[in-house]
Amino acid sequence: MTDATAAAAASTAPAPRKGSLLVQDARTRKRNAAESRFKAYGLAAIAVGVIALVILVTSILGNGTSAFRQSYIALNVELPEAKLDKSGTRDLEVMKKVTTLTYGPLLAKGLQDAVDSLGIEIEGLTKKDVSGLISQEAAAQLRDRVLADPALVGQTVQITVLASGRIDGYYKGRTTLASAELDSNVSPAQLKLADALKQKGLLTTRFNAAFLTAPDASDQRPEAAGLGVAILGSAYMMIVVLVLALPIGVAASIYLEEFAPKNRWTDLIEVNISNLAAVPSIVFGILGLAIFINFAGLRASAPIVGGLVLTLMTLPTIIISTRAALKSVPPSIRDAALGVGASKMQAVFHHVLPLAAPGILTGTIIGLAQALGETAPLLLIGMVAFVREYPAAYSATDGLFGEPSTALPVQVYNWTQRADPAFFERASGAIIVLLVFLLIMNAVAIILRRRFERRW
Amino acid sequence: MKTATLTSALAIAALSATAAAARDQVQIAGSSTVLPYATIVAEAFGENTDFPTPVVESGGSSAGLKKFCEGVGENTIDVANSSRKIKDSEVEVCTANGVTDILEVRIGYDGIVFASDINGNAFAFTPEDWYKALAAEVVVDGKLVSNPYTMWNEVNPALPAQEIMAFVPGTKHGTREVFEEKVVIEGCKTSGAAEVVKAERGDEKACSALRTDGRSVDIDGDYTETLARIQSNTNGIGVFGLSFYENNTDKLQVATMGGVVPSTESIASGDYPVSRPLYFYVKSQHIGVIPGLKEYAEFFVADELAGPDGPLAAYGLVSDPALTETQAAVAAAGM
Repeated sequence: MTDATAAAAASTAPAPRKGSLLVQDARTRKRNAAESRFKAYGLAAIAVGVIALVILVTSILGNGTSAFRQSYIALNVELPEAKLDKSGTRDLEVMKKVTTLTYGPLLAKGLQDAVDSLGIEIEGLTKKDVSGLISQEAAAQLRDRVLADPALVGQTVQITVLASGRIDGYYKGRTTLASAELDSNVSPAQLKLADALKQKGLLTTRFNAAFLTAPDASDQRPEAAGLGVAILGSAYMMIVVLVLALPIGVAASIYLEEFAPKNRWTDLIEVNISNLAAVPSIVFGILGLAIFINFAGLRASAPIVGGLVLTLMTLPTIIISTRAALKSVPPSIRDAALGVGASKMQAVFHHVLPLAAPGILTGTIIGLAQALGETAPLLLIGMVAFVREYPAAYSATDGLFGEPSTALPVQVYNWTQRADPAFFERASGAIIVLLVFLLIMNAVAIILRRRFERRW
Repeated sequence: MKTATLTSALAIAALSATAAAARDQVQIAGSSTVLPYATIVAEAFGENTDFPTPVVESGGSSAGLKKFCEGVGENTIDVANSSRKIKDSEVEVCTANGVTDILEVRIGYDGIVFASDINGNAFAFTPEDWYKALAAEVVVDGKLVSNPYTMWNEVNPALPAQEIMAFVPGTKHGTREVFEEKVVIEGCKTSGAAEVVKAERGDEKACSALRTDGRSVDIDGDYTETLARIQSNTNGIGVFGLSFYENNTDKLQVATMGGVVPSTESIASGDYPVSRPLYFYVKSQHIGVIPGLKEYAEFFVADELAGPDGPLAAYGLVSDPALTETQAAVAAAGM
């Protein structure tokens, strides 16, 4: 009886370890193997992420960096009085009646003269081919210059104009002699002419600052399209979001975190805020259209409407991060302040808030970065538009930030839909600009956190 | 912080109130097919006049007309671009909301072309081929059966032996309607299948139901998406607008339809069968209220722009032979 019990007890107890500790037994080997497998999974996961990022960034950089360079042609253009100012009075009102359609041929003649005087001869080159080298934007540029200084009429002026999109594409590898054979918008003779001009130094490819400052352009002149309006629009919207979302978000979180009684109502509000943070952004666009445009009568395509919509979208993010920042301030700080006789409000504003500020700012910047890259809600409030006039921050007729504009992510979306392949390059360039802005914002968030964060 | 909130909220409210004053920019929305033409005109209009450049939104004909019919006033749009004629139901909505005076302006015609990868086979289609290749049900031995064809040469022995794979515009596009009406239903009729369909399904409109086994792919995006699909699947044949094709002739080859090569000339003469008129609609009640509106409409249809030698024709618009009448109608509007 006793023997049997002893035997049973011995069989349930683990067998004592035999052999050296330096030699791993099967079980230890298995556990170690599991650990190294897990590490390998982790590495693989990171590798997949990194590869995806590298592919994305290289494809964007590969397609987009060329948007920052552009080909220009330097020309001497005669400005005959007979065509530009028949009256001879240099009266601006009369001269304004002369449209870009008159200025276009003058530029074409200027280039033709240059080709003739340089003795460039290319087989199959027609007059139309020569004029096709010049961007259609050039006529407007020349007209603006003449209207700004009517005294130029009758003289010969030197002007540097954009080369047309296909010619520009030739120096970026988008157009080739082989593709030009098939392309109805460019001929191989034009490309040969461009090469000849480049040799003579008339055609140059250089940094294109206009990509960051010029407004959008129509489908016929991708070479002139820029991000000026989009950057302004995005900046205005970010100002609106910052001015509205930061104070409202911080005030709401301070109240909820420090003052509000803990009851069903505050629980309900809390759940709803977390819920709002996960609502698809397009829903905010629908809301914005219904409230700000249809009900409040604000103007469609205006940055103020975009800013208000993005404020609604960013608020939950800011509230959640602010509450987390307030929570991370230890209660001893509050207790100490209250203990020496501070009111609750003094304790919060003099002690808790300053200590939570880095966390709040980080959350705000991340919320702003999110809002900067948001496209979906802007689709519904008319910001996916062709806008060429720079929006003024304030105008008497449209109010603060009330003039139509686009935004950076929307401009990307817009350009990818255009027929001319040159816009694809522009869209990638716009993504680079957007990424740079996001990178700067996130870097600022990290720096703020590093410098001011206190660990308890 | 709270004071700041209050002040900024008040400031916003105050400024919104002033926003109700006069608007000086023409606001346009609508068809993405008309969009490139409208932007070309808007750009030239801004350059050559003292008026600011109009704002042009895209979003589709229906969306544009819906916005157009929302009412009269500063916060409604002035012009709707459309790749189809306004529907009676839309006119009713307009009237109900007080938009009673609508000026219809036909700017020209747009061709719909069938194009495939530049290095692939060349195609010469008839509408019948497209009906047989893409319809959900075709007539075999006098009976309706679900579409059995997998290769183009099974549809028509004259076509190359290439798998049937077509990228057609999704149902939200105006182009789809024209494609169904002028190609699929037309092919249904000429092949004689329409009578069988009518007998068995009650309505020959059933002809236009497309197959859903993956050989006909609806593209809800724009032509750039169709082009990308063709580049990744070189067997595919896509439906494009003429202007899009003309901007990408180095990547696409165009198929003939009924033996006619699509071009602005063959569409203008009516030889090429698949085309449609393009319009824009002007809210005449805004003429005189929104500065530059009438001037924009006149500028759009002027010979220098919409004429056969203008920039719109260069971009792919088939200019309207009756442009002079349109010009007169626009000039008389709002008088």
